[in-house]
Amino acid sequence: MSEALKNTITFSDEQSMLLDTATEFFRNKSPAAVVRDHILTEPGYADAQWQEMVGLGWSGLAIPESCGGSDLGLAAAVTIAEPMGRHLSATPWLSTQLFVQGLLAGADEALSGQYLPAVAEGAIATVALSESDGNWDLTGAALEVIESSAGLTLSGSKSFVLDAAAADYLLVSGSHSGAPCLVLVRADELGDGAISRETVIDETRRSYGIEFSDVAIPEGRLIRGDSATRALTAIRNAALLLISAESAGGIAGVLDVIVEYLNTRTAFGRKIGSYQGLKHPTVDILIGLERSRSHVYHAASLLDAGEDPEIALRMAKAESSDSFAFAGDRAIQFHGGFGFTYECDAQLYLRRALWAQYAFGDAAHHRQHLARLLL
Amino acid sequence: MSELDEFRSEVQAWLTENRPPEPDFLMPETFMEVGTDAQFQLLRDWQQRIYEAGYLGMAWPKEYGGGGQPQIMQDIVNAEMARLKVPFVPNTIGLNWAGPLILDIGTEEEKHKYIRGILSAEDIWCQGFSEPDNGSDLAAATTRAVRDGDEYVLNGSKIWTSLGSYAKYMILLARTNPDAENRYAGLSYFLAPMDVPGVEVQPIKKLTGEYGFTQTFFIDARVPASCLMGNEGEGWQIAMKTLTFERGASGGQAGGLSGNAMGVGDVVELARRVSRDGRPAIEDPLIRDQLVRFLLEEQGDRLCGARARIPALTSERPAAIPMSGKLRATEHRRRLFQFAVSLQGANGARWVGDDHVIDRGLWQRSYFNAFSATIGGGTSQVQANIVGERVLGLPKD
Repeated sequence: MSEALKNTITFSDEQSMLLDTATEFFRNKSPAAVVRDHILTEPGYADAQWQEMVGLGWSGLAIPESCGGSDLGLAAAVTIAEPMGRHLSATPWLSTQLFVQGLLAGADEALSGQYLPAVAEGAIATVALSESDGNWDLTGAALEVIESSAGLTLSGSKSFVLDAAAADYLLVSGSHSGAPCLVLVRADELGDGAISRETVIDETRRSYGIEFSDVAIPEGRLIRGDSATRALTAIRNAALLLISAESAGGIAGVLDVIVEYLNTRTAFGRKIGSYQGLKHPTVDILIGLERSRSHVYHAASLLDAGEDPEIALRMAKAESSDSFAFAGDRAIQFHGGFGFTYECDAQLYLRRALWAQYAFGDAAHHRQHLARLLL
Repeated sequence: MSELDEFRSEVQAWLTENRPPEPDFLMPETFMEVGTDAQFQLLRDWQQRIYEAGYLGMAWPKEYGGGGQPQIMQDIVNAEMARLKVPFVPNTIGLNWAGPLILDIGTEEEKHKYIRGILSAEDIWCQGFSEPDNGSDLAAATTRAVRDGDEYVLNGSKIWTSLGSYAKYMILLARTNPDAENRYAGLSYFLAPMDVPGVEVQPIKKLTGEYGFTQTFFIDARVPASCLMGNEGEGWQIAMKTLTFERGASGGQAGGLSGNAMGVGDVVELARRVSRDGRPAIEDPLIRDQLVRFLLEEQGDRLCGARARIPALTSERPAAIPMSGKLRATEHRRRLFQFAVSLQGANGARWVGDDHVIDRGLWQRSYFNAFSATIGGGTSQVQANIVGERVLGLPKD
């Protein structure tokens, strides 16, 4: 029951400073015009901006100091993800963080020691988990991993792999002797033409399908057994947290767009924001934003404290996904005829909201799990 | 076992031993819904026994009737009362608003006169702020108080007075100077007796068919001039101070439960007991989904309370959480109880008094009573306007 749920939120001065810095950074670097420019390019992001983020230490935020990172933990990453989402910035940062969490939870020291320092210095990495059936259960991958004296052979295909074309390293889920496993794959080990871009609803994102036709990988790159389970859980937790944080930011962003228009546009001699038909649902969006942020920072606090975050993370994802989708939907409607055009920024947010809704489980999926956990 | 743990066990034992037996009538959920003499009598007796056992006003000064003990002990009692779901204590306005106010700014004479009766429930208190024509706009009060020798003469009317039929005293906001430089400066605050000629109390029948609120009419009612609290013209400041006690923003309350309000947990428990289409409602996937939605909201609002205390996480719109609080909480409860009725399937059509109604019709009545909070103190629609305009900066209507 909810009375038994914790309600702690902790937020350090360090996190507060990071949030201020990141808020300022994305406000300056990612105005809507820049977002639209990036949509037209193949990589979908500007290398200069990525390098600046690496320079600020954001790539290695959650990487231990022994591997060249700043060891601030996943809770600190929320302070980057939220303003990033607010300004619709899309860099390989999110996918790289998921890779890092997978390695931290499941890889041995040799594997972590070999790849995490490179990531802290700016190498791009991602995770390849989904397959064409779109199953949100990460432990059911069909991609086959066969171990031989020469190493590993991977056969199968992956879908919805973020930033695959830019990635140096990929953490690929599969089935090894019938059990879930993960394999670290270097981009240069993939065959020519193995990566093909997918067309996804959020045009700021770069998503790919990858074909593995007997791809040979040297030994020492396999994560299996309990380690694989831990790694998959860690990736899912990080994804739920960071995508929820991005979504909370997205609600704030689209709320700004709505409030600006409601204070500018007039109809029948009045500012349209004076009509309760528009004003009241805008307040509903604000309430969704406040609840989403509270869920997100609570889940981050639990993760930071090493407590079981499952309920809090599923709640954060369910609340932020639905609230963001509602906000994006209303943003289109409230802009009237302009809202129906590609030129109106409302569609950028609606597309982002729908991408976030369907990544790592939509609100209904998480409520179903919450029912199992809470009722 | 520490001293406090021992005290907690003692309180548990006492409450379990002494709690009133379940009456054969439906009890009110909060002090605002006490509608029959039987309900009132049970609750008043209960408060009296709690006070005599030493479990009320524990941290209030001994010289006025309190216990003179540390607040932590009263906190333990309050927590155990909530946990064991014993009936609430009815004199909420005295215990939590008027009492702390008198202890804070009252004269020595006022403290001696009023505090003990508040604690023992001998003197029930009510509040006279709202008026028929000025629902939420307290500063517009038109009830007049005119000084005449050693008395004030009161004329006007107050509405939505909880416990009005049972109260001996009213905390009253009235206009002493209609010509003051502004409308706030013309107001004064009284600790007014209700048992003088010219005070007429008219119960208001609610949509539930029950009574609970009254309208109070003052027709040339004369009260001693000593009832004035502070000085003439200080009414607005004292009323605002009262509201900080009412909203729990200031400490100093006597303690005790002021209601036995139900939350999502109680509705989940109901869903286990009732059936729809021949199986327990809790097994229906659509009902499960809806229950989780309510839990998400309840938890989201609790977490907003936690986040509101962290300035770095509320800096952009510091007023968003506090100003939307009433809107969020009251609408949540209205929809929750509406859902609790719908859970019952065909039995949702029954009403209080029916032989087969579930839980004596508690849920149906709670749903109807929930409107008092979505309407009283500023309707949800007005609240949404306020949040939209003051928090988001949207243009006025």
